[in-house]
Amino acid sequence: MFKRILIANRGEIALRIIRACREMGIKTIAVFSDADKDSLHVKFADHAVNIGPALSRKSYLNMACIIGAAKETGADAIHPGYGFLSENAEFAKACFDGGITFIGPSAHTIAMAGDKSAARKILTEMGIPVIPGSDDIVVSPEAACSIADRVGYPVILKAAGGGGGRGMRIARTPEELSSAFAVAAGEAGAAFGNPNLYLEKYIEKPRHIEIQILGDSHGNYIHLGERECSIQMRYQKLIEESPSCFVDETLRRKLGETAIRIAKAVNYTNAGTMEFLVDKDKNFYFMEINARVQVEHPVTEAVTGIDIVEQQILMAAGRALAIKQEDVRFNGWSMECRINASDPNDNFMPSPGQIASVIFPGGPGVRVDTHIYDNYMVTPFYDSLIGKLIVWAKDRPSAIRRMQRALAEFEITGIETTIGFYRRVFENEQFQKGEIDTHFLDTMGQTAKRG
Amino acid sequence: MDEKNHIITSPVMGTFYRSSAPGKAALVEEGQAITPSDIVCMIESMKIFTELRCEHPGIVKRFLVENEDPVMKNQALIEIEIH
Repeated sequence: MFKRILIANRGEIALRIIRACREMGIKTIAVFSDADKDSLHVKFADHAVNIGPALSRKSYLNMACIIGAAKETGADAIHPGYGFLSENAEFAKACFDGGITFIGPSAHTIAMAGDKSAARKILTEMGIPVIPGSDDIVVSPEAACSIADRVGYPVILKAAGGGGGRGMRIARTPEELSSAFAVAAGEAGAAFGNPNLYLEKYIEKPRHIEIQILGDSHGNYIHLGERECSIQMRYQKLIEESPSCFVDETLRRKLGETAIRIAKAVNYTNAGTMEFLVDKDKNFYFMEINARVQVEHPVTEAVTGIDIVEQQILMAAGRALAIKQEDVRFNGWSMECRINASDPNDNFMPSPGQIASVIFPGGPGVRVDTHIYDNYMVTPFYDSLIGKLIVWAKDRPSAIRRMQRALAEFEITGIETTIGFYRRVFENEQFQKGEIDTHFLDTMGQTAKRG
Repeated sequence: MDEKNHIITSPVMGTFYRSSAPGKAALVEEGQAITPSDIVCMIESMKIFTELRCEHPGIVKRFLVENEDPVMKNQALIEIEIH
């Protein structure tokens, strides 16, 4: 087993990893930028190394500096957390070359997972459903119509140069598609300087459902069920839950088996997530592999009782999985709200600043993963995630009531946060009934404005 | 500040950038004529980039902060001489 693990991250996930290490009797080394010298991960770790200025590019993304810190402090492994260098194949390789274990999949697997068109090709050949569409840029309205005839309407045109809704058009007939083509190309050109479009089948009322998998270096794979992450804003997940009220036993088994087939196809080792879109008729389509521990991993921990970060460390150290698929039991319901420093009343604009005071929720079935405290300075240099509120209860209605109770207790003063916004979401009748899809928040916003 | 001068301020606490990406040329230079469609600088806050423009045509008179400087909400960034 590792003696010292360096955590190449900050914020709540750095604390999460330190906690797992401490419980396993492993020493921890934190790295921190100038902006984070007063952070809890610096305080909680056994050692801490300053790796540079506030800007991520000069500190948390500085590979040479982080590997140097690992060597200096005698770390035998690096846990990258999520974001920053966690899905950087070059960093995984640099760790390997430096004789340090990277806690995650191999550099080769990370590179495969990151190359979306290559991954799509491999999986299509294996018969795994991906969202049908053009394999390449669509050159003309005529070409678009011919692909649409093949994949079936409705279809969506998307800008090749970027996302965020610009250059996107939905078409339900060939006539609509022909006229949408020029508009979408114009928008894409103006927004991204690149008028190129590609075309996909448009999935109506899609749900974002993902499967957590674990794979050891001995070829054993298990899945830990699904997480539903349909509550999103501009492709950012805000609320996650496990299980999903939309997933029945048959779909769960199919998704789980498919996730493991995908993992085997890319020689995936360690913890990972396979993301799917599921349509209203329960057809599912592979979206992408997340080759890291995810922000929303605690909801899976809550319903399975499995410590995912501990499993990551054990697998990275070469241990065989001690849990078999038939040992994985799902118990109760878990939900998570991502608490962000952003202002729901100002289009979710970032709201960095100094926190004046915090009152954390507690009591039965409540977990708070956060790095904030009274007078903590939320700097503008990093992600707006300042904490995660996770609840567990015996079923979904009880979990909703518990989350409402915890949100009512939670108070952060001094900066704007998303806490009040979540109170409104949890009061929404559609949400309570589980009638959600990835457009839920857009619709809820419109309904609220009309009301 | 007289009537002919306009000050561009930061809408949010963040990092001030003179170019659209590290290593790229500056979006505008002092003395350059600009129109309301020109992006004059970027502010990054919590990984979100905001492009700033000047609502009036004019000339970039003076930068009041350096590239990559941390800036506060409402901090003065660029002085523009309005045509």
